[in-house]
Amino acid sequence: MEKYLYVALFAPIVGSLFSLLFTAKKKNVITALVTSALLLLSFVSSLTLMFAVYDGLSLHVKMMGWISAGNLSLPFGFIVDNVSVVMMVTVTLVSSVVNIYSMGYMMHDKGYNRFFTYISAFVFSMLILVMSDNFVGLFIGWEGVGLCSYLLIGFWYEKESASWAGNEAFIMNRVADLGMLMGLFLIYWQFGTFSYEEVFAHVGSVNVGIVTTIGLLLFVGAMGKSAQFPFHTWLADAMEGPTPVSALIHAATMVTAGVYLVIRASDLFMLIPEVGHIIATLGAFVAVFAASMALVNRDLKRIIAYSTLSQLGYMFVAAGLGAYWIALFHLMTHAFFKSLLFLGAGNVMHAMDDELDIKKMGGLFNAMPYTAILMAVGSVALCGVYPFAGFFSKDMILAAAFNGGNFYIWFALFIGAGMTAFYSFRLVMLVFFGDKVYKKFGFHPHETYPFVLWALLPLGILATIAGFFEHPFEEFVTKVLDKYEFSMSHSTEVGLIFLTSAFVILVIVATIYKYSRGGFSKQLETMPLYLLLKNQYYIPKLYEVAIFKPYYALSKFAWKQIDVRIIDFSVDLIARVLYKSGQQSRKMQSGNLSDMLRWMIVGTVVLLALAIFYRPMV
Amino acid sequence: MITLTHYLTLTGILFSLGIVGVLRRKNLLMLFFSTEILLNAVNIGFAAVSKYYGDLSGQIFSFFIIAIAASEVAVGLGLLVLWYKRSGTIDLDSLQMMKG
Amino acid sequence: MFEAIAFYTFSILVIGMFGIVVFSKNALYAMSALAGGMIFISGFFFLLDADFLGVVQIVVYTGAVMALYAFGMMFFDSTRDVKENIKFKKIIYTLSVLSAIFTIFILMAPIFSTKIEAIYPTLQGVGNVQMIGLILFTKYLVPFEVAAIMLLAAMIAGIVLVKVKMEETPTNIEVARGEK
Repeated sequence: MEKYLYVALFAPIVGSLFSLLFTAKKKNVITALVTSALLLLSFVSSLTLMFAVYDGLSLHVKMMGWISAGNLSLPFGFIVDNVSVVMMVTVTLVSSVVNIYSMGYMMHDKGYNRFFTYISAFVFSMLILVMSDNFVGLFIGWEGVGLCSYLLIGFWYEKESASWAGNEAFIMNRVADLGMLMGLFLIYWQFGTFSYEEVFAHVGSVNVGIVTTIGLLLFVGAMGKSAQFPFHTWLADAMEGPTPVSALIHAATMVTAGVYLVIRASDLFMLIPEVGHIIATLGAFVAVFAASMALVNRDLKRIIAYSTLSQLGYMFVAAGLGAYWIALFHLMTHAFFKSLLFLGAGNVMHAMDDELDIKKMGGLFNAMPYTAILMAVGSVALCGVYPFAGFFSKDMILAAAFNGGNFYIWFALFIGAGMTAFYSFRLVMLVFFGDKVYKKFGFHPHETYPFVLWALLPLGILATIAGFFEHPFEEFVTKVLDKYEFSMSHSTEVGLIFLTSAFVILVIVATIYKYSRGGFSKQLETMPLYLLLKNQYYIPKLYEVAIFKPYYALSKFAWKQIDVRIIDFSVDLIARVLYKSGQQSRKMQSGNLSDMLRWMIVGTVVLLALAIFYRPMV
Repeated sequence: MITLTHYLTLTGILFSLGIVGVLRRKNLLMLFFSTEILLNAVNIGFAAVSKYYGDLSGQIFSFFIIAIAASEVAVGLGLLVLWYKRSGTIDLDSLQMMKG
Repeated sequence: MFEAIAFYTFSILVIGMFGIVVFSKNALYAMSALAGGMIFISGFFFLLDADFLGVVQIVVYTGAVMALYAFGMMFFDSTRDVKENIKFKKIIYTLSVLSAIFTIFILMAPIFSTKIEAIYPTLQGVGNVQMIGLILFTKYLVPFEVAAIMLLAAMIAGIVLVKVKMEETPTNIEVARGEK
């Protein structure tokens, strides 16, 4: 089975290197075709591996040694178990779909070949992250996806906002990665190894304080990658990238890497429920916090981005409460319906000439019915309406929160679910139904290419039915992850589900009703709360005032005062001294025999003096 | 009683005289004279050491030094004559072709 | 007593002569003084029981070398003094004195530290010239022959260098040959 592993892992990078050859050339469809084929190959291999793992296989290969220095021995080792194979399948499936979709979406872009290079490189990094059998491999993949994310956010680097967003994402991730790195150092310091197996085998025998520190530091890294508060601002700005990128990286895969890290290190987090509690609380906070910002935003992609943030909060709640398999399940279903939503949004943007303001759309259903249906499916799945995928995973998280006795978390998630329902259907209603506002702005929307829609179909189907795999999934992944036992009675659970579903459906119906009647009045937009939400709680502003500007001033100070006055000065001084002394000693070389003789005698005297007076310490 | 120290002091005085000449004179011929002084000063030193240690090596060395001085004069004077033919002067300051 | 008187007399004479050589402006005076100094130095050699060296000193230096200088000077316009502008006099004197002191110090150092054993001790009842001959033709035969070859080479070089005609400096000759 090893060859499937290698095929799954290396097919994307082969595709990336292949299309790399064409990056400087004009648009060439072959890059898209080859990368798509190789990603599909990777997907098929992953699927094969999943079936093999289902039959009880667990692959652990050491491809080759990598670093071997002193006691440190780091191999390129890969592990395929029940957890990583789920991620592999999710990642390769979504990326294949996105890649095929992009063939249509990027059709007229001049960076066509470059785009596919980056996407495949991203998939490779993500697979390294997922499949590595040690923390360092994970970190390499972690940084690799960060790099690809940076490249893809800033894909249209001529746009200043895009390059700014790319930098923001990259730098913010660096800040968080510092925490992660320190966690890794601490792990090595404590365990002397990076291998998951060995670390988790000994984690029980280590001082709890240190484990807590490790857990917190790792979680800081996870917060950065998964854009949790306070690192959340980059994700919304990352929407500057092409929409398929948002679907693949900033919804389905990369941002969930933080959740994956917590799941992967579940043996460690199990021992420190306090940290888990912090994670869950923060997750619940972000779930509501992000959803509230999505309520009022008018940018099509940003709404979905905030929704992603909110859903990541849900995942962290599950992971923090120890319900790892539920977190993973929600991660998977979320990947399906969120990438579906993003890609649908991409279709809309495509039809509307990259217009993002949803107030300028409306009534697009007639122009693009298939996209509308797919997005509606995605939204319903996101809201968690039976029988769509979100219902199963999300309700499970709510149940887990209730079960743990963390009622405030449950309540936050409950409110979050209502908000989710509202903004999802606000979006659907404003974009696809109601008045055809776009006519005023002179747009001529049209349905996208059929093959693009066909590519979306698998996601649509999965967003619909994935929930029914709940029990096989649980059985599958809990072979590796710990089971989560519900202690509450079945009737309570049913009651909770009923309550949530009723609430969500109520909100949906209310939203549809309200927006079909023309929506809310303009007066609401002057309310302080509305402004607060619209300005994202003034957090970007706060960062600018509290961090960017002082830091800029500090940098400027360091540049003007320290760098120029001290460092440059001392370097220049050395150069000047040498130059001057060279200039001075040039006179020695006068070519006059007398002078030369004089210098010779000076040398003789010095040497004689040395011979007499210098006594080396014997 | 004259000791070795006396001789060596004399050697030193003569040697420094020679060096003064080498450094001071700008006439190339005088430079040669000064070189002779240096060599002779050393010769006295060798002969004295030879005497006071009862070892003949010093005298042999002096002997070879005289031979070297002779050949140095032969070649050096030849070159000097040649230079004088070319430039018409034996001023040392005219020899500045290697100015850096 | 006689030794001391002779030593001091010769010392004063030699230093005086060499002083004239170094400080005199007239090349002719300098040369004459040098020749005198050479002869007085041979006096030291006789004092030091190095009869052979003393003879060689007189013959080679005063006879050959000084004659060579005398001939050499005939080539140069000795009436026209070389204008000597001397700079850094203090430096010159300091350097010379320092180097002399250091040299003497080093030369004398073994006297105070270790006893030196003679490799070729002077023989009793044998004349100085005979002794020199014995050692020169046994232990120092090869250096002696090498010195002979060196002298021969120097002689040939001197003849060749001086023989070249006025206009034909060695470089000119080569250029002329190359043109032909």
